[in-house]
Amino acid sequence: MPSPHPSAAAAAGDNQDLIPQKSGVLRAARRIITDFGWPRVIIFIFLVALFVAAPAVGVRIDASLSDVFNRFGQNALFVLALVPMIQAGCGLNFGLSLGIIAGLLGATLSVQLGLHGMTGFLGAIVLAAPFSIAFGWLYGKLLNKVKGEEMTIAMYVGFAGVMFMCIMWLILPYTAPDMIWGYAGKGLRTTISVENYWIQILNNLLPVRIGQFFKFPTGEILFVVLAAYIMWLFMRTKTGTAMTAVGSNPDYARSSGISVDRMRTISVVLSTFLGAAGIIVYEQSFGFIQLYTAPLAMPFTAIAAILIGGASVKKASMVNVVVGAFLFQGLLTMTPSVINSWLQTDMSEVVRIVVSNGIIIYALTRKTKVTK
Amino acid sequence: MSGKRSLGRFLRENAVILLFLIITILAIRPSGLSLVYIAQELITRLGRDSFLVLALLLPIYAGMGLNFGMTLGAMAGQFGLILAINYNVIGVDGLIFAALVSLPVSLLLGYVCGAVLNHAKGREMVTGYILAFFINGLYQFVVLYLMGSVIPVRSRTIVLSRGYGIRNTLNLDSVRLSLDNLLALKLGPFTFPIATFLVIAALCLFIIWFRKTKLGQDMRSVGFDMQVANSAGVPVDRTRIIAIIISTVLACIGQIIFLQNMGNMATYNAHDQTSFFAVAAILVGGASVKKANIPNVFIGVILLHGLFVVSPNAGQKLFGQAMIGEYFRQFIGYAVIAVSLVLYAWRARREADRLREGLRGGAGTPAMAEGGAK
Repeated sequence: MPSPHPSAAAAAGDNQDLIPQKSGVLRAARRIITDFGWPRVIIFIFLVALFVAAPAVGVRIDASLSDVFNRFGQNALFVLALVPMIQAGCGLNFGLSLGIIAGLLGATLSVQLGLHGMTGFLGAIVLAAPFSIAFGWLYGKLLNKVKGEEMTIAMYVGFAGVMFMCIMWLILPYTAPDMIWGYAGKGLRTTISVENYWIQILNNLLPVRIGQFFKFPTGEILFVVLAAYIMWLFMRTKTGTAMTAVGSNPDYARSSGISVDRMRTISVVLSTFLGAAGIIVYEQSFGFIQLYTAPLAMPFTAIAAILIGGASVKKASMVNVVVGAFLFQGLLTMTPSVINSWLQTDMSEVVRIVVSNGIIIYALTRKTKVTK
Repeated sequence: MSGKRSLGRFLRENAVILLFLIITILAIRPSGLSLVYIAQELITRLGRDSFLVLALLLPIYAGMGLNFGMTLGAMAGQFGLILAINYNVIGVDGLIFAALVSLPVSLLLGYVCGAVLNHAKGREMVTGYILAFFINGLYQFVVLYLMGSVIPVRSRTIVLSRGYGIRNTLNLDSVRLSLDNLLALKLGPFTFPIATFLVIAALCLFIIWFRKTKLGQDMRSVGFDMQVANSAGVPVDRTRIIAIIISTVLACIGQIIFLQNMGNMATYNAHDQTSFFAVAAILVGGASVKKANIPNVFIGVILLHGLFVVSPNAGQKLFGQAMIGEYFRQFIGYAVIAVSLVLYAWRARREADRLREGLRGGAGTPAMAEGGAK
């Protein structure tokens, strides 16, 4: 389990060079925690406590860890998708559902064409690419016209897009019998199984099994790591640096000859494409394509995760993505199993709602101080 | 100014209203509904929804945008109604009881909401929206776990079979239509819920009066420019909190009126779309993030609900699937909000750009900026 503490210590170290040092271990500890961010510390401690308490209430740690890794891989791409737009100053991408819709189009087309195995999975991503680029480009153009108001508008553009596609899923001329309603003979089903196509294609690539209950989804994690690495490299190219410059100071960026609108559009297209790839990775692991209103809530989960990871509305790094996705998915996995076994009642939904939205509010209300 | 230009301007400024009128009129025929039925539906919905939409006005005056946090008030109202059912207070008494019980809750929630939004200046709308989700979690915790276990519940019929927590659907028969039927006026084929209309009229008078008070004037100056208001000695943060508290309390009463008309309550979902419908209505009625008035509310409720009444049937007839109409009306609601927000933000930016250009031009700036605005 990647402990985020070393990075926090490093962050604190950076800042201590600037601040006159006062003696006292307590004070140092307080500074480390402040730099790390209280919410992250609390959630980290809570998660550790859940793991410690798990055996006592009869929850297997190895099975839980296996779940956490799996869900981390399943959701990490959504979290990663938020990075370019945050860096380019477009805020939190509440309209990530547009990318998810593009991914759903790719996935359903891949099943419609009868593509199987790795071809089916990669085919879905390739088929989703043109949609995600087109959606992202239009969406980016729109967001350029409403600078400063992006987040609320993004949310409603996303909602409207999802509802529009609800109508489309009913009337688009899909014909594959695995996908359409049996009795009506038309219209896509609410959930479509990919069991005969590309279920768990990444998860079952070089899996590491330890004992009966633990399985490390190597392929899925590798895919995520690869994507994060490419993103990390991209942020260090000329375009990536320009994008960050636009986000930190648009006027300065413009006076250095960077086209602000172009950089923002690129960031939105990138985010939308990653959202599309993200839902396909999610589906291969989950086993089902979920259509209709399913994408409505997905952006909020991703946003909560990256904020738990320590990102702000204006700055996000790969560390934020990995730590955030891990902590948040860990929380989502462990709370139901542990709390439910302990209290004999299902409180998981309430805990999830309060924690994820509490974190988003915390990020929206705080000055743009960043934890590394 | 030439007639052609003013016509163009009229079309631009009322594009949303006109678009709604056209779609609704086109959908009436395929829906197969009679005009009398549609008119009666609109009268009912005017009584049901106007109060909730009016709750949005004050935060707009205070420059805080559309108060998506009004859902907090709606939840407080539902809490009050649950208690009214529990203690079996029936009729209008039940509604008044619910309003009084939920008053302290909505005051507290309004204060919390206002304080949070003061920390998120410039991002009020999205923060309010998420805050509604957050408080929804607490609401579920209280109603689903505490009621019946920690908070005593007398009436066993409203409790889940496991022994605690309130049932998913609550029958409001004891207060159903109690306000609407208090003074129902039958005129030809139509029934008017006069008592409800009187309550709404009283709220309108309150808002008109409130705008003229010192506090109301302060609120508008805060909405116009926080810095200027602050240097003029207006307590900005306090004024904003008051705007949100009043809005939350109004939303609480509004939700009680809404639910007495519906007659039953989805305990855990009834508030989900409160802000969505209210915000869509006021925007359809021609309001913007910064500007709204009482006529916007009523025009909006009539137009939005006109479309909502006809669209499921029209969808059924045109496409053979009622779900298409259902999705269509949700799509329209979200799209209206998105388009209105985009138009507003776009106009505000163009205005800012024009002012900047004017500054570069040098002398005679204000006049030039005004000339451009026409």
